[in-house]
Amino acid sequence: MRSLLAEWTPLPMLGMFALFLILPALLPWIGGYTYLGTEVMIWAIFALGYNLLLGHTGLPAFGHGAFFGLGGYFLGMSQKWMTGGLWTPLLIGTLGAAICGAVVALFVARKRGIYFALLTIAFGTMFWFAVFVLDSWTGGEDGLTGIRRLAVGIPGLFQVPLQDNLAFYYFVYALFVALTVVLWRIVRSPFGQVIQAIKQSESRASALGYDTARYKWAVFTLSCAFAGFAGGLYSLARFGAFPEPMSLHQSGNVVLMCLVGGGFASFYGPVLGVAVFLVLRDLFSTLTDHWMLLYGLLFMAIIVFLPEGILGLTQRKRRPAASHDTGAAQAARSEGAASGGPR
Amino acid sequence: MSASEAAPPLLEARGLRKAFGGNVVLDDINLQFEAKRVSALIGPNGAGKTTCFNILTGVLAPDRGAIRYRGQDITGLSPDRRARLGMCRSFQILNLFNDYTVLQNVRVAVPAMRRCGFNLWTPATNNREAEDKAAGIIRLVGLAGHEHVEAKHLGYGQRRLLEIGVALAGEPDLLLMDEPTSGLGGRPLEILRELVQRLSNALTIVVIEHDMSFVLSLSHHISVLHRGAVIAAGPPAAIRENAEVRECYLGTLKYARRT
Repeated sequence: MRSLLAEWTPLPMLGMFALFLILPALLPWIGGYTYLGTEVMIWAIFALGYNLLLGHTGLPAFGHGAFFGLGGYFLGMSQKWMTGGLWTPLLIGTLGAAICGAVVALFVARKRGIYFALLTIAFGTMFWFAVFVLDSWTGGEDGLTGIRRLAVGIPGLFQVPLQDNLAFYYFVYALFVALTVVLWRIVRSPFGQVIQAIKQSESRASALGYDTARYKWAVFTLSCAFAGFAGGLYSLARFGAFPEPMSLHQSGNVVLMCLVGGGFASFYGPVLGVAVFLVLRDLFSTLTDHWMLLYGLLFMAIIVFLPEGILGLTQRKRRPAASHDTGAAQAARSEGAASGGPR
Repeated sequence: MSASEAAPPLLEARGLRKAFGGNVVLDDINLQFEAKRVSALIGPNGAGKTTCFNILTGVLAPDRGAIRYRGQDITGLSPDRRARLGMCRSFQILNLFNDYTVLQNVRVAVPAMRRCGFNLWTPATNNREAEDKAAGIIRLVGLAGHEHVEAKHLGYGQRRLLEIGVALAGEPDLLLMDEPTSGLGGRPLEILRELVQRLSNALTIVVIEHDMSFVLSLSHHISVLHRGAVIAAGPPAAIRENAEVRECYLGTLKYARRT
């Protein structure tokens, strides 16, 4: 029983699920509101999926906001012109983003370091422009409005309307729990072990017989599917799909969330990062009009003083100091840093 | 050589040439590595050993020439394709998964794990075949008891042995080792020596080496590389007496005799 629990949901994860379960009751006490909790969970799905790429494979993709946005547009367009349901548009949003991601991944999977990063920015910006060019479909700058949160349930048996923010919170909660467990399984699966090996040494992984470009293609596509799913939920939350999460300056938000929370150090890093990011944004914007300045300074401080993110602190205590630090190990690490970002 | 005509070599390089810009590193190299033998590739610094090794393993493409493995032309194959054909290598500069434990390093190298590499659901630790195979390899390279130590926390000698263990975990028919004794001494060197001796009748080993005593005592066949050309090839006794080899390699040979 104990091992079964560890295999599906370890204790920290159960704690996290419990916290989100009672969060709507706690939020008013700390000046929050239910919708903020919903937004945290949606972005957490996005960030956890994105961290497969950044934290676990070491690939710094900077244009992932595009796939988050695309999920919303695909959901909205399919709901408007194809089917009025809830699940089918959500699936189409996910698959649409995943297919776009799969095509982009064909071009970027063999690139490394700065070339990989730049190419993902270029593709991200391309999708952002596409939204404006195809404004008869997407609504352009005004966004694709009129997306409906339809009732969820079994037809004929029971229906729960999702118009209410609390009902929608628990709808998102159920999906957040399910997808977090799925991602946890992926990280510990053979596939998860291989992508983490690629992060540590791609040349070794390929010398062991792994076609690393195929793995990178797969993990990129997978992270785009999670981004599309989260983006679909986000469009339901806001009753519309809007271009701004796809823009160049917001596309990097998810990267920041992962880094701040400690996506390199811990599976849970992205969730904490999202919570810190969104809660502080709300808090600072009530304090001052120049909240962006405060916000920027704080994140700079975190990156400078906690390079492994907030959850990196827990690892720092656990690890003994490396006693046998040879030149070879240092060279290997700086090579890793050059190709994969901070470690 | 009559022996090579009787049994075709497992790995064969013909007419290899490689230049970096105007610098010709390898010029018309021919090499044959016979099955179930320990073959060594030696030569002074800058002779082209590592370039040759990188071409054999598919990291570099030759400008001219062909490489055949089991009679099949593999010149254009990527390193991962070659590994899946049973050619496994170790690295001169340690190339381990530093955040992984000893067990994780070896387990991810086992073919039973590679075959389910696109399994996204079952925990990697549930693969009993890979787990057992990894445990055997860890015992073989003398790292039993260190299974759960992260590679970066091992001592240098232990990491050298793990480097070989990871290469061996790939179940090679042909094991290519790039200076396995580099920086190694004492007990780890003994373990490595015994290991190569034990493996030499089970699989084919090609080793690039500086340590002459290691090469002379363990290998069946030696090729000497000097300034991008093979200047001698034969059994250790013949190489030891070869005048040309002694001329370009004298210092090291003298040292080897004394030890």
